[in-house]
Amino acid sequence: MPWKTVCVLKLIHTVMDLYLPIFVILAIASGLAGLIVVISIVFGPRKRAQVKAKLQPYESGMNAIGQGQRRFPVRFYLIAVLFILFDVEVIFFYPWAVAFRQLGLYGLIQMLVFVGILFAGYIWVWKKGALDWETMDK
Amino acid sequence: MNPINFIVALSAILFAIGVLGVLTRRNAILIFMSVELMLNAANLAFVAFARKWGELDGQMFVFFVMTVAAAEVAVGLALIVTIFRTRRSTDVDDLSQLKG
Amino acid sequence: MAIKDLLTVTAPAICAVGGTLLLLLDLAIPRGSKSTTAWAAFAVILLALASVPAQWGVSTSGFAGMVAADGYSLFVDGLLAVIAALTVLLTLRYNEARGIMRGEFYPLMLFALSGMMLMGHATNLIIVFIAVELLSIPLYVLCGFARPRVDSEESALKYFLLGAFASGFLVYGIALIYGAAGTVSLTELTAALSGPKPADSALLYAGVALVLVGLGFKVAAAPFHMWTPDVYEGAPTTVTAFMASATKAAGFAAILRIFLFGLAPLMETWQAPIAVLALLSMIVGNVVALAQTNLKRMLAYSSIAHAGYVLTGVAAGGDAGASAVLFYLASYALTSLAAFAVMIALNSGEADENHSLDTYAGLGRRKPLLAFVLAVSMLSLLGIPPTAGFFGKYFLISAAIGSGLTWLAIALVITSVISAGFYLRVIMTMYMRDGKNEAPIAGNWPRAFAALTATVATLGIGILASPIVELINTGIKSIVR
Repeated sequence: MPWKTVCVLKLIHTVMDLYLPIFVILAIASGLAGLIVVISIVFGPRKRAQVKAKLQPYESGMNAIGQGQRRFPVRFYLIAVLFILFDVEVIFFYPWAVAFRQLGLYGLIQMLVFVGILFAGYIWVWKKGALDWETMDK
Repeated sequence: MNPINFIVALSAILFAIGVLGVLTRRNAILIFMSVELMLNAANLAFVAFARKWGELDGQMFVFFVMTVAAAEVAVGLALIVTIFRTRRSTDVDDLSQLKG
Repeated sequence: MAIKDLLTVTAPAICAVGGTLLLLLDLAIPRGSKSTTAWAAFAVILLALASVPAQWGVSTSGFAGMVAADGYSLFVDGLLAVIAALTVLLTLRYNEARGIMRGEFYPLMLFALSGMMLMGHATNLIIVFIAVELLSIPLYVLCGFARPRVDSEESALKYFLLGAFASGFLVYGIALIYGAAGTVSLTELTAALSGPKPADSALLYAGVALVLVGLGFKVAAAPFHMWTPDVYEGAPTTVTAFMASATKAAGFAAILRIFLFGLAPLMETWQAPIAVLALLSMIVGNVVALAQTNLKRMLAYSSIAHAGYVLTGVAAGGDAGASAVLFYLASYALTSLAAFAVMIALNSGEADENHSLDTYAGLGRRKPLLAFVLAVSMLSLLGIPPTAGFFGKYFLISAAIGSGLTWLAIALVITSVISAGFYLRVIMTMYMRDGKNEAPIAGNWPRAFAALTATVATLGIGILASPIVELINTGIKSIVR
């Protein structure tokens, strides 16, 4: 083989060696993602069904009364959002609790600062009336 | 392939689905769900790599990403609800006031 | 131990604590006198600013090497504090007129400011991520602060969706870097990358690329700029001013630390992509800005172009590049703040906001001082001596040529010439056309003070360029690597 070909082959070999895993991952990733999109296009519910009855929750049952999607008052969203916030922040208590003895007083003070910040947020939410069910959606 | 590579591949797939979702969806909530998928793909990768390196750092990062994502969810959902209340739609194609 | 750690993040900590306390304090302030909250925020920012000279000269890292306090981060702190303080002065009358004088505005600003400052301090990619979110989340809310105005809400949602998308890229990139190198600490990364190449260099490059995409969104570099014009236009002008100047400075503070110092051993890998981003941003920003008839939108495109100029300095690399970038960030931030101050002054009346260029016709005769401020700012953005913008571009060009990127330096000059088309148009409109708009502009001394300070700084940074470069270089020398 001419030496140039050998060089090119060697180069290709090195590149493939380095990048093959990432190519495989990319190929799988984009292939599967594309497949899922195609599947959802083929089998997914269509917006415009031909027959009106097809759109009903029970095709051969009683006629539906009103909309399936009810509108909720905004206060439900508000409570849910606040719940998510305060709920997820608690996650930091777990590693702290596990390492409580090693962290000692310093760790306790840090945790108190953390809780203090959350508490400031809580006071603000409370004073703003976001927890008051009656006056919430003004 | 060693098992960690499978997990990383899975996380890459989830990430790709998330990116595709953001690019193809038109509903603000669905776009937002796709973004969450991207963040959680990163979380999965962090956990997998933490195992690869045999240390806990990666798992710790997941906590940070999760809590930050929660804060983002709160603000994002509040914005989407507010927009829905003014214009009765969460379709991003309806956001066309600003153009030029 | 604890106190020593906290001292490494003094300025961000002052802003975060101040913001939290202000949030509670604001509950006791009655609805009509929210300017008290503004002045309290101003005081907090001044306190943060005062901590900068008090700490100048330190070079330490804290919290197990996650953050650092050095001349570099202190310079960024000081710059951001000045911008924020001036922005607070600009908000007083404008927010009142727009009906958005609500107490939460200022704590949110302080939280965003603390995130921005943290960007300069971060020596760990996870801290960079947290700082990015800490600055972005309050800004999403601030963009939508003028609700139920449709454009403000729309701007907030667009910024939020694209910002969240970008942080998805950022965090996945960080995960891949962690997977390839086993660490996300910048100092450890430098050490790990200086030796023989790690096995997973493909993973590493993919991670670096994703981080670049994520941060590219934040600083509005093309091709990740599509949100910028809409968000800038729809957000309340005070928020736009803060975003345009401070977010850009903070974003580049992080990019500099990550690429020029943390990933320095990989320079030959990231130099070409960053140079391409710089070229694209300069072309897209300047060419599209030519077609704008709305000053706010024009400045949005101009900010994309300026992101391109700054990226030129990043691509140049080394200490020379870093010093040019910091100098340019300071000059650009103060210059654009001056331009926004004039826009805020013209739109603090009762009517709806109008940023069309026609409203600036005859401003030179009607309000000579405001016209002067805007004219100086336009000349500095264009890069005419003796303004700050000229020296900024000069340092960027010499850094680029110094590291062999002559083609990029030439592109910078050519696109700057293109930009004369729209910057000079603003000046000609003000001085050479007669305007129909004769609505009176009520004076407001905090706003006037902010506008004049920004203008004096624009000229002053230009005239005192060499001592300032000296200061920046001392800062960069003390950087924790």
